[in-house]
Amino acid sequence: MMFSAYQRRKCADLLVRMACVAASLIALVPLVSVLYYVTARGIGGLNLDFFTELPKPVGEPGGGMANAIWGTLKLVLLACLIGIPPGVMAGVYLAEFGHSRFGKLVRFSADVMAGVPSITVGIFIYSLVVLQTKRFSALAGGIALAVLMLPTVTRTTEELLRLVPESLREAALGLGLPKWRATLRVMLRTAAPGIATGVMLAVARVAGETAPLLFTAFNNRFWGSGLTEPTASLPVNIYTYAVSPYEEWHRQAWAAALVLLVLVLLLNISARLLVRPRVGGR
Amino acid sequence: MLTRFGREVNWGDFVFRRATALVATFVIGALGAMAVAMVMGSWESIAKFGCSFLISSVWDPVRDIYGALPFIYGTLASSLLALAFAVPVSLGVAIFLSELAPAWLRAPVGFLVELLAAVPSVVYGLWGIFVLAPWLRESVEPRLGRWLGFLPFFQGPQHGFGLLAGGIILAIMITPTISSVSREVLRAVPSALREGALGLGATPWEAVRVAVLPLARSGLVGATILGLGRALGETMAITMVIGNRAEISASLFAPSYTMASVIANEFTEATGRLYLSSLAEVGLLLFVVTVLLNIVARLLVWRVGRLPLEGRL
Repeated sequence: MMFSAYQRRKCADLLVRMACVAASLIALVPLVSVLYYVTARGIGGLNLDFFTELPKPVGEPGGGMANAIWGTLKLVLLACLIGIPPGVMAGVYLAEFGHSRFGKLVRFSADVMAGVPSITVGIFIYSLVVLQTKRFSALAGGIALAVLMLPTVTRTTEELLRLVPESLREAALGLGLPKWRATLRVMLRTAAPGIATGVMLAVARVAGETAPLLFTAFNNRFWGSGLTEPTASLPVNIYTYAVSPYEEWHRQAWAAALVLLVLVLLLNISARLLVRPRVGGR
Repeated sequence: MLTRFGREVNWGDFVFRRATALVATFVIGALGAMAVAMVMGSWESIAKFGCSFLISSVWDPVRDIYGALPFIYGTLASSLLALAFAVPVSLGVAIFLSELAPAWLRAPVGFLVELLAAVPSVVYGLWGIFVLAPWLRESVEPRLGRWLGFLPFFQGPQHGFGLLAGGIILAIMITPTISSVSREVLRAVPSALREGALGLGATPWEAVRVAVLPLARSGLVGATILGLGRALGETMAITMVIGNRAEISASLFAPSYTMASVIANEFTEATGRLYLSSLAEVGLLLFVVTVLLNIVARLLVWRVGRLPLEGRL
């Protein structure tokens, strides 16, 4: 059978298209599978106790992860308080004055830092905070997460400030505002929804981080009060429970995974919806 | 206050600029401090073992002798395996999303692929333990063993937990990275080139092949290297499925151990300064390698990123 050159080319085109569709489908199989199993197995372990009770010792049924849920919220809040202000300020610097060689170095450091494995950030904060204060603490965990957030927040702030039209700044300066107030009141406020999106995506990412917490916030079977005590968190609990040999703990690990996944995906999806109306076409 | 040219400078502007610059220094400082802290933490181990740390495969806390070769091997093997799975899929996704997919499909599929990156590592690990590993043990590994068992890669006992599971789970986790960077790289190629090829009668795939891919090549390599960097440093998911045994075996079914995993498992339990210091050195190695890979990758991606300006017609 003979094909014309034209048919052969058409055929190759079709094959590649099919291969690309297949690749996209293959990439999505794990997502569907993870969402399905976490929902199906997690929902059985969820009840009121899960949200209100402390963990029970091995062998006793029941108990919950109230302390870990609270711990995760506490760690994420700490990370936001410590990580967002410097991130935004560094981003403002890069957008406003970042054309210098120093600006390039900052930008480059932020990009490189974003690729540093989270477990090495754990070691870093361990030697910086835990060794100095001689204890695992919620504060150390919060700092570790903040370090992970910093580069993302910096680069997002910079990029979104650059999208704000220069004419807005010119108008503000024309009305007699000094440069710094033009930047803060006009540029930063215009870019704020976009920056909020970037920050929320960063928060969603660190909320699920486990590795840097293992030797900073550590874990706690009880309500760790205050900032200077070890604290439980959902990700670390999922890990400990999943690798344990107890059936009951496995059930709770799935339930915790469901709670964590819902939290992370809600943050992630609402962040994306937030920015859509403003720069939808981009 | 006056500038050199005698113009008055607003105090607020002066303070604002200095304050933001100071905070920006923190970013460089944090990276530098990280490097210094890692080197200091691992100094004892570096001084004691020198180069033998990299080539010895004895990891014995009891005798206080440490060599990281099994972890280096496990990290490289699982990451390269992950690249072998993830690169073809990610390039397919990227080409589909930036070149071939109908416009209405691009946003939703792109969104779903990015959700893949939003799932926390530890959740992938949980899924790996209870879904992926049993599936590999019962369905995949027996078949691989039967059909390809003459190769050393597919021999030995089949646990489900091992290099193969580790490679697959890493592949899942780096696919969104590679595909989204690749997609940006492909987009950065000027569309005039595409249109030129299409105008000469090329099919869409031919336009991609002759006009887009040659220009995008270095950026795509950069995207792959970024993916490799992520795979090397990924910790939780792989710790939960790779089996955590410090052995070097050619078989993909065999359990292995990665650098990140050994830190995660042993750091809090390490007693003795040399033990801690050796674990810190493993972390230092990981840090240095990922920083270098990131620098190379960004230079490659930036080269393509500048194309639209230089190449505009």
